[in-house]
Amino acid sequence: MEKVSLTIDGRQVEVSAGTTVLEAARSAGIEIPTLCHDPELTSHGACRLCVVSIEGMRNLPASCVTTVREGMVVHTSTPEVNEARKTILELLLSNHPNDCMICEKSGECKLQEYAYLYGVKEGTFAGEQSNYHPDDSNPMIYRDNNKCILCGKCVRACEEVQGRSILGFANRGFQTKVTPALDKPLSESECVFCGSCISVCPVGALTEKGMMGKGRRWEMKKVRTICPYCGTGCTIELNVKNGEVVGVTSTEEGAVNGRALCIKGRFGYNFINHPDRLKTPLIKENGSLREATWEEAISKVAENLSKIKEEYGSDALATLTSARCTNEDNYIMNKFTRAVLGTNSIDHCARL
Amino acid sequence: MTNSISEIKDTDFIFAIGTNTTETHPIISLEVKKAIKNGTKLVVADPRKTEMAELADIHISHPSGSDLILLNALANVIITEELYDKEFVEERTENFQELKETVQKYTPEYAEETIGISADTIREVARGYANADKAMILYTMGITQHICGTDNVLAIANLAMLCGHIGKPSTGVNPLRGQNNVQGACDMGGLPNVYPGYQKVVDEKVREKFEKAWGVSLNPNNGLSVGEMMDNAYEGKVKGIYIMGENPVLSDPDANHVEEALKKLDFLVVQDIFLTETAMLADVVLPAASFAEKDGTFTNTERRVQRIRKAINPVGQSKEDWEIICMVATAMGYPMNYDSAEDIMKEIAEVTPSYGGITYRRLEGDGLQWPCPTEDHPGTPYLHKGRFAKGKGSFHAVEFVPPNEETDSEYPFVLTTGRRLWHYHTGTMSRRADGLEWKYPQEKLEINPEDAAKLGLREGDKVKVASRRGEIEIAVHCTDRVPPGTVFGSFHFRESAINKLTNPARDPKAKIPEYKVCAVKIQKLA
Repeated sequence: MEKVSLTIDGRQVEVSAGTTVLEAARSAGIEIPTLCHDPELTSHGACRLCVVSIEGMRNLPASCVTTVREGMVVHTSTPEVNEARKTILELLLSNHPNDCMICEKSGECKLQEYAYLYGVKEGTFAGEQSNYHPDDSNPMIYRDNNKCILCGKCVRACEEVQGRSILGFANRGFQTKVTPALDKPLSESECVFCGSCISVCPVGALTEKGMMGKGRRWEMKKVRTICPYCGTGCTIELNVKNGEVVGVTSTEEGAVNGRALCIKGRFGYNFINHPDRLKTPLIKENGSLREATWEEAISKVAENLSKIKEEYGSDALATLTSARCTNEDNYIMNKFTRAVLGTNSIDHCARL
Repeated sequence: MTNSISEIKDTDFIFAIGTNTTETHPIISLEVKKAIKNGTKLVVADPRKTEMAELADIHISHPSGSDLILLNALANVIITEELYDKEFVEERTENFQELKETVQKYTPEYAEETIGISADTIREVARGYANADKAMILYTMGITQHICGTDNVLAIANLAMLCGHIGKPSTGVNPLRGQNNVQGACDMGGLPNVYPGYQKVVDEKVREKFEKAWGVSLNPNNGLSVGEMMDNAYEGKVKGIYIMGENPVLSDPDANHVEEALKKLDFLVVQDIFLTETAMLADVVLPAASFAEKDGTFTNTERRVQRIRKAINPVGQSKEDWEIICMVATAMGYPMNYDSAEDIMKEIAEVTPSYGGITYRRLEGDGLQWPCPTEDHPGTPYLHKGRFAKGKGSFHAVEFVPPNEETDSEYPFVLTTGRRLWHYHTGTMSRRADGLEWKYPQEKLEINPEDAAKLGLREGDKVKVASRRGEIEIAVHCTDRVPPGTVFGSFHFRESAINKLTNPARDPKAKIPEYKVCAVKIQKLA
């Protein structure tokens, strides 16, 4: 592919033709703030936070939608550029609740991060503020349009990644908002609750409802693991606080799925700490199950299996191993069945 | 899968048969959607008008259980019109003549007459598949859950080998496996005829290898499959069963029979995370740790071995599954001691050639796709490059076999079963997740509006559905997703346990039950 050379902040950078200035800068390790840009989605050029100064251009172009040209000279952090970014942040904060102290997204919020970075304390433009009722219509996705900065990433993720187009922009001007068709709550839309919208939302407008009030984001230990449902093998992050799984998030690093998950992967975790979990061994006595110690239970199992093996032979025994358990669990069950019970009658629900 | 999931988006032609991908493998369906965006042609063959069917350029709605007529007719066109890859057939396959003779009678016209799919459509699909540069077949249980499940798979392999659509990137045969670690459970010897890595139980050399590794003499005979276990338990020949993490009382066909069989056992142990319908029948129940409480590995449908990591301590006194089994083994006089799951993986790598190069250190990051025989092997994104594992690929001439149970005047509807996006298997986990239960709290039987009208049924009405084996009560959902004469229900709900109805008749080779076709009658409840 044709290569293009340009100068960014005094550094020579060579990239493929068609690359954006933003991508070129990031490839050179130069960070430019963005709110509406996402490498997986089409570029929208809406938030203007990524403006840069390019010699010979009249205004400050948005770097996410400006393609590189041979010999281009780009400055990403001039006083003029920084001032423009500050003004954009002030505008955004002028119509934002600025309730970081109780906001679920605090600590993972891009708006908060950039306000800190650019020293913007509050909105300086007095005027009307949005006053929407949050969409609390379902147990999974909490939608608060008052916090929405109209970056449109959720709209694009829903359309471009999921192919569903549940969320879209409605109205014009100050009244513009992101909403399902006919301004219905998500519960009455065709939403499949995959939560892709949450995974791209840079602010607190879209939140995992199950994680609300369960702890600050920085208190959560994120443990990277694999989803326990279907055979796709999506990477998930279990969010743990005080020894309990309080939520599931996705990560760009997922080998198979990236940030995408389905309703089960993202919202199907409540079973882990469910009160119905078996907590002790149980032994049947007079037709009902009673709690038992491990010693008692293991010796009962060992005695009975040994007795059957002795009286009727190994092939009077069988095991069902599990497509839900790990390879290591399955290997051990396979070894136990063949080497200890002495039968090859081992199977599992591979056929359903 | 012979390919990787990420290869789907780059193929030119997808033939998806018997796979409700958007519901059963939602994230894989995103790759199909990417492919469509890239201009890939999608043909979906499914009796139901699934969301996949709606995405398709062509939807073939053939009757449940008639796949072999459709697949053989496609092969017929490819051979008759000489669309097949002559070089590939010559160099890499055998038994072509036999296939040619067998599919001769499955003309597109014969298919049109027998299964109601127009001959033109069959020709168009056959040409599209054969002429595509890169083509993939995707299938799921719609193909396998039949008494001719194995033959269906062989007929799919015939198409791929005819056209040389195998052994290349974005080109291959791709069964989508249904459970998080069903691939791994099979890989690890969770089957009655193979040791880990599909090494045959009846092969003397293999047996000697494992006898040496495990220090015991081993049983030379194949064991029983799950359905056979239940039959043998019912007949009193199997006396004791140890079940880990399965709920056959809801998941297996002819559930009443399964329950009776388990009740006849002298001894039943169930190891699980919840007191399932099956655990309630047990003599001893052992509490297991969930995936969130374990280190270990799962192997996904594209053979990718990935690490799972312990996030919390085991709930209550529960223990990891392998640890419990080791305690039982030790108490039975065969000490089994491992320090960790990683310790077990070392032994797996020693005895399983396809996992030979897999170590926990190498699995950090994106995992590894088997075969990965040595520590310096990078893993295998797609299979059968250059040659098949066994040498030449064999065509199998497979004739149509009608379903084991057909409709009659008493049982006039075909019941076909499957999954919903919102739930999972017997609901043990998914029905304890608030969001999922809120979204879909109750199963509804899909019935075509024409049939509903004939039976005087309206949306949500309760019906009694009965087969020759059992009956359930369930509400109906009137929808043209199902064709007239066919009804559909999932097996996620104990309140409407659909497997009380299903037919346990099995494929003679793979022993898979015919979950996709049984005859039922439907009666409106007051």
